[in-house]
Amino acid sequence: MNPAWARCEETEKSEEMDKNKPSKSEIGRRGFMCLLGKMSATAAVCSSVAAVALESVPTAAKPKVAEPQYPATGPVPGYDWTKHRWAFGVDTTRCIGCLRCVEACKVENNVPFNPNDYRTWVERYVYLEGEDKPHIDSQSDPKNIAAAGTLTNYRFSDRYRDAKVEKSFFVAKLCNHCENPPCVQVCPVGATYKTPDGVVLIDKNYCIGCRYCVQACPYGARYFNDETNTADKCTWCYHRITKGLKPACVEVCPVQARIFGDLNDPSSTINEFIRSHRVRVLKPWTGNGPHVFYNEIDSEVS
Amino acid sequence: MDTWFHTAPYVVSAYSGYVYPNETVLPWGVLIVIYPYITGLVAGAFIVSSLYHTFRIESFKPVARLALLSAFAFLCFAPTPLLSHLGHRERAFEAIWTAHWTSAFAAFGYVASFYALLLVLDIWFAFRADIVAMAQTTKGAAGRLYRILTLGSYDVSERALGYDRKWAGVLAALGIPAAIGLHGYVGFVFGSVKSREWWSSDLMPVIFLLSAVVSGVAALVVIYVVSSKLRRTAIDENCMTGLARVMWVSLIGTMAVEVLEYMEMVYRRVEGFDMIKQLVAGPMWVSLATQALCSLVPFVILTVLLVRRVRGRALVGWMSFSAVLMMVAVLAMRWNVVIGGQELSKTLTGILIYAPSLWGREGVIWAATLFVGSFVWLWALVRLLPPWAPIPTSKKGIINARADFGETGIDPARRHEWELREGG
Repeated sequence: MNPAWARCEETEKSEEMDKNKPSKSEIGRRGFMCLLGKMSATAAVCSSVAAVALESVPTAAKPKVAEPQYPATGPVPGYDWTKHRWAFGVDTTRCIGCLRCVEACKVENNVPFNPNDYRTWVERYVYLEGEDKPHIDSQSDPKNIAAAGTLTNYRFSDRYRDAKVEKSFFVAKLCNHCENPPCVQVCPVGATYKTPDGVVLIDKNYCIGCRYCVQACPYGARYFNDETNTADKCTWCYHRITKGLKPACVEVCPVQARIFGDLNDPSSTINEFIRSHRVRVLKPWTGNGPHVFYNEIDSEVS
Repeated sequence: MDTWFHTAPYVVSAYSGYVYPNETVLPWGVLIVIYPYITGLVAGAFIVSSLYHTFRIESFKPVARLALLSAFAFLCFAPTPLLSHLGHRERAFEAIWTAHWTSAFAAFGYVASFYALLLVLDIWFAFRADIVAMAQTTKGAAGRLYRILTLGSYDVSERALGYDRKWAGVLAALGIPAAIGLHGYVGFVFGSVKSREWWSSDLMPVIFLLSAVVSGVAALVVIYVVSSKLRRTAIDENCMTGLARVMWVSLIGTMAVEVLEYMEMVYRRVEGFDMIKQLVAGPMWVSLATQALCSLVPFVILTVLLVRRVRGRALVGWMSFSAVLMMVAVLAMRWNVVIGGQELSKTLTGILIYAPSLWGREGVIWAATLFVGSFVWLWALVRLLPPWAPIPTSKKGIINARADFGETGIDPARRHEWELREGG
């Protein structure tokens, strides 16, 4: 139980024989050796832990390294998740702010009908004459909720009817399914992960509900679901896309402002959208590598 | 409609005042304010005990063992706010068994467990002679507990006690990097989040570490003064002066780094600076002013106390006052970091206001209960292992205190002898 103690008792016997008091230097030497041993053991443990940590950082960041771990057939029978690389496009020149996408998402994915939790939302940018900054609101703005009069249907209030509007546009927002997702990096148990087809998912049976990922997402795409007590966010309707269907928000969009497709397929709508427009991603300086592409947005959109 | 936004209502700013819809519920509340606060108390208290056990600074002797018990009591309660906060507490240990190593949170279980082990061993060596004495003098269940705590080692000869001191010193020395690691790590949990402008700073671990020492030493002063008053014993002036020096130095360090952090933010005009100005002038000004005032006032008091070499009741009184203010200052600092960081929207165009609820799992009452709980636990530990009792010994090296000194097993007349021996 106490090796130092045991050694102490052993030396006591030998020292009683020659009736000498234990010299301080001897104990000091022994103590020093114990300390040295302990320190080297600690250093070894630390270095191995550091090595594991250092190794795992680039592995998590590079899908090329991570891919071979996955079998060709994913969790969905008949769907090969190594053959796809999904991406999303938002054509802001088309969006009319009808918010059917937000409603469809809430219904399709059992998102709680409250004004604090959304897998996708739409922002309205309005520039008034004589002002250099836009007025921004979303369907979750108190005035817009009051205009809708309900929490199950959404609408933008008509508050700018009498104002002199210089420019305005709508921007749909959702999880960016980043190449290097910070939410995945910070999850202490690995409950959130990136699939080989580029979708960031959450294992609800494993999430401990610490909300570190909610903090880490720079786009505010994650929320804490009070019904499941876990983090939650857009999955690009993974249950639909693995069956060859489109995400619910894309499906219901009446003006095709939302585009979804496979980057591995040169003829896909998303490749067509990226090819034919000048697109950008949100907050590129974070180094996250978002996979939602926007056209025609101002620098105020973040 | 107000009820929909009770947690974090919008604040209309100069222009858009826009925040992401999902931000209207702050992910981390008052529990996560208390978590780094209690963790900080561990680091501060432990460093004082190390100053005696490792560096042999004699003036800290009256509080050295009390500091160890305090550090342990706080460490036991440090994970409780985190645990309360989890959506699935039953899965908490997954962060240890199946830790995801790229997460700063994943390290907490390991760092805290290592530290707890170190503290338990340190306490055992520092209190072993007392445990042996009490194992031989106490009857009933308590006696059985003390006999278990001896781990079968009843040798309290001079040489054995020498080993105890040596190991307590070695463990305390190991504890210093562990304490720095634990608190530097807590700072990293916030400083490494690049999505939050208010947190994302290289100075965050340093700020957390230095303020941890401030709050821990301040807590120890309060505990020492209160316990001495309750026990009606004299307060050691040299010890108080020594603690004042530690507080003074760590307070200067904290204030310097804090001011540096704010100055950089202002001078560089970081992104979203306009919003930061509104945040500071708006929802955060009370807690920021509290932090500033409760740091500056103790700084002035401590400077005067040290320069004028104040002794006696004035020293104790002003020190206690400063210590309480500094504990408040560090609590305000934790609030400013944890809550302030979330009140500044990730859009950098809007601000949120956090109003904690009183009741419930995320409420103020529960957070305060956990904080007070650490002091109750400390009281229990002090009852179990009184850190101030002189250790009675007999010439044979084996204690038979009851035979020598009657029921109490303590000979007040030998206190001086004990002190000499403890000093090594």
